Amino acid sequence: MKHLLAMLGCWLGLLLVTPVVQAANTPLPPTLEPLLEALVDAKLSQAAPVLTRLEAEGGEAILPLFRTMLAGDLYYIKASKRVIAVTEMAGEETQLDLLSGAPIDRLSKREISKIRVNNSLRGQLRDAISRLQLGSVSASVREAAVRALLSDLAPGTLDAIRVARLNEGSADVREVMDMALALNRLNTATEAADRIEAIAQLEGSLEGPVRNALNRIADSDPVPQVQQAAQKALVGIEQRVEFYAFIDQLFFGLSLGSVLLLAAIGLAITFGVMGVINMAHGEMIMLGAYTTYVVQLLMPNHIDYSLWVAIPMAFIVAGLAGVLLERLVIRHLHGRPLETLLATFGVSLVLQQLVRTVFSPLNRQVASPEWMSGSWEINPVLSLTLNRLYILAFALLVFFALMLLLKKSSLGLNVRAVSQNRDMARSMGIRTGWVDAMTFGLGSGIAGIAGVALSQLTNVGPNLGQAYIIDSFMVVVFGGVGNLWGTLVAAFSLGIANKFLEPVTGAVLASILVLVFIILFIQKRPKGLFPQKGRAAE
Amino acid sequence: MNWLTQLFAAGRTPGNRVLPFVTVLFAVTALASMANLLLPETSPLHVSTYTITLLGKYLSYAMLALAVDVIWGYCGILSLGHGAFFALGGYAMGMYLMRQIGDRSVYGNPDLPDFMVFLNWDSLPWYWLGMDQFWFAMLMVLLVPGVLAFVFGWLAFRSRVTGVYLSIMTQALTYALMLAFFRNEMGFGGNNGLTDFKEILGFDLQSDATRVALFAITALLLGLIYVVSHLILKSRMGKVIVAIRDGESRTRFLGYRTDRYKVWLFVYSALIAAIAGAMYVPQVGIINPGEFSPLNSIEVVVWVAVGGRGTLYGAVIGVLLVNYAKTRFTAIMPEGWLFALGLLFVLVTLYLPKGLAGLWGQLTAGRQRKADTALPQEAHP
Repeated sequence: MKHLLAMLGCWLGLLLVTPVVQAANTPLPPTLEPLLEALVDAKLSQAAPVLTRLEAEGGEAILPLFRTMLAGDLYYIKASKRVIAVTEMAGEETQLDLLSGAPIDRLSKREISKIRVNNSLRGQLRDAISRLQLGSVSASVREAAVRALLSDLAPGTLDAIRVARLNEGSADVREVMDMALALNRLNTATEAADRIEAIAQLEGSLEGPVRNALNRIADSDPVPQVQQAAQKALVGIEQRVEFYAFIDQLFFGLSLGSVLLLAAIGLAITFGVMGVINMAHGEMIMLGAYTTYVVQLLMPNHIDYSLWVAIPMAFIVAGLAGVLLERLVIRHLHGRPLETLLATFGVSLVLQQLVRTVFSPLNRQVASPEWMSGSWEINPVLSLTLNRLYILAFALLVFFALMLLLKKSSLGLNVRAVSQNRDMARSMGIRTGWVDAMTFGLGSGIAGIAGVALSQLTNVGPNLGQAYIIDSFMVVVFGGVGNLWGTLVAAFSLGIANKFLEPVTGAVLASILVLVFIILFIQKRPKGLFPQKGRAAE
Repeated sequence: MNWLTQLFAAGRTPGNRVLPFVTVLFAVTALASMANLLLPETSPLHVSTYTITLLGKYLSYAMLALAVDVIWGYCGILSLGHGAFFALGGYAMGMYLMRQIGDRSVYGNPDLPDFMVFLNWDSLPWYWLGMDQFWFAMLMVLLVPGVLAFVFGWLAFRSRVTGVYLSIMTQALTYALMLAFFRNEMGFGGNNGLTDFKEILGFDLQSDATRVALFAITALLLGLIYVVSHLILKSRMGKVIVAIRDGESRTRFLGYRTDRYKVWLFVYSALIAAIAGAMYVPQVGIINPGEFSPLNSIEVVVWVAVGGRGTLYGAVIGVLLVNYAKTRFTAIMPEGWLFALGLLFVLVTLYLPKGLAGLWGQLTAGRQRKADTALPQEAHP
């Protein structure tokens, strides 16, 4: 028993130090027992005062219970009236005694009963959770709590904020708290001067509730001066919102550009450097994506690390496929570009059907690791999704690594030599056949890596590659064949152009317009944005 | 009478075998039609209407293959987007057929096709006006793809876009059109396309006689196009075109405006593809944006490659063989078709660069030690 108590103490200590993230696992102080029984007995309409008392007496310790209740997972045992949390994780049901925080033997559905919640209770719970979090140790949790409270500033909430404001150490959190108080003043102050002062304080804020309140004031405040002040503040806010919307769009454009860059950069090598049209390039991307899928199947318990395995694996799988393709088919069609195009198209059909036969024609879901999901919230109107951000960085990384490889390594030197003058390179003792195979393997391997990145953004299916092949060709042709910098610029400009056209014309028409633009552009400058000059050109 | 003697003389030259081709084509058409219409269904020699329609479909494809062969085999322009002209011709025909449905549609609106009623449109878009007139629709069959081919070809050939660049451009063209036609707002039935046709020029599309007539007209047109193509390619212009294939710069330096030859040949080829599409739609009974898909266009190229580019009859043989194989394959093991098609691409380009017709040529040449049908290697881009 002593042991148990000690453990309980430890749990309590832990609870105070770390903000509670897990739904349960933490015991409640035994003093709350009568209140909990009251909660069990209370009807829906009588639950509100019980919750208020629980909040007041339980303090932060009651958070897990509130969270469980908000999620609708709160049950009680019919016989003993003890509250328990019933959660389902990975298909398995776990039951926890909330008073002790310990898991209990599974009880059947008939022995337990759910504690019901309705919308008004849910609202109360949400506010209570935010209020309780005001005392949290982490500044970001406190800040999020205040922001969550903005939309519903009840008198109790305001008191809590005022109290917390006195002891607040972080300037950022204080600022948000001031905003909440100013918002309250704007809503409740009877003096026009007070309201104008509150508006001045709120100027530039991007929070939804603040904008709503200002909108209301601008429309219906009895004093014209207040209305004007609110309108002025709103204009400033709208400008900032528009600016951030622009940034958001730019980000999506860059994200699409990074995908295009990843897809096209391998092609830029095989097409640009070797002069070989590889219509199976899209299928190399697909192979990379399926490699990611298989790697995740093989290590289901380590999804977080699976990408680190998948990236080299995809490079190897797609690269090997590329080398095989070069040795078996393309080598024999040297100097006959149209035939190469047809043969590699045949290979792409075979690979697609192979994947359909092996994996099924349906799309496969590839899980995102924990650290890639979620988003980076810069302010209330601008949040960048993490996976797109990582892929943008990854695309640039791959690009510069490839540049380095081509400029600094001996393989790169050979590749450039062969691409400039094959016969001369051969007479200098470069094994052109080997260089061809390696170049092709490199280009295909990078396509495989692109597949890993794409698997994090879209569904993995047999048609994955086809969706990108025409776009990738456009990028390479637009940027200028044989020029990696051109590919970079082309990928990002096409991506951004696409995303900025989309709101005006719709997604499909945007891609059509971009295609038509490139077709016309090629008429004007057949060698792309950055044509090769000098001897390398012919 | 000069052209007639020329024609008969052409029948003997190894190039295109006009007379045997036309004879066989018309004989088969006549026999199949009679076997369908005159013989009772119990007769072992009876040809079912299904077969007639299938043959009609193959012959439309053969026209399309001729279109690709004329520019690829003779002028070295590999178009991966000829499906676009085919589908545009088909859509023009489909629009006419759609207007002929009248009030027999599901919604029974005499003025609007079903899908427009469904989209709550209250009047025909301007580009549908006049499509209920057969002559106007047929004019559009030729005009729209022709103008598109002219504009595209003029822009591309004038700025000397050649080789794989041109191929990818044509592919992008058909891809863009596919995306566009998938949109409901375009007013071409979106995803579902145009279908549920009832009659053409007052003849019931489901009746055997109409089917046979359509088949016969397709055969007739194919024969006509074959002869005209042959005459064009035998003419002075044809010689220049082959010269462009074998050495464009050299031809240009000799003083020929190579871009003009290429543009007109491209337009001619697009017109053939459009006619093929217009004959295809009433027989198959549907046209949808899938016809624009790049895969369709590239499949045409493999027909020509298998049969042998640079010979007109080779293209037709390729169409019949590959499509018969496709019909059989997709019935027996649908999974295997893409494998077979893919391998066909690889094997033909690797081992049969001149196709089956070239194989025949190689065999006879081997016996005679004469390489008169040799197809020169493509020039480097």
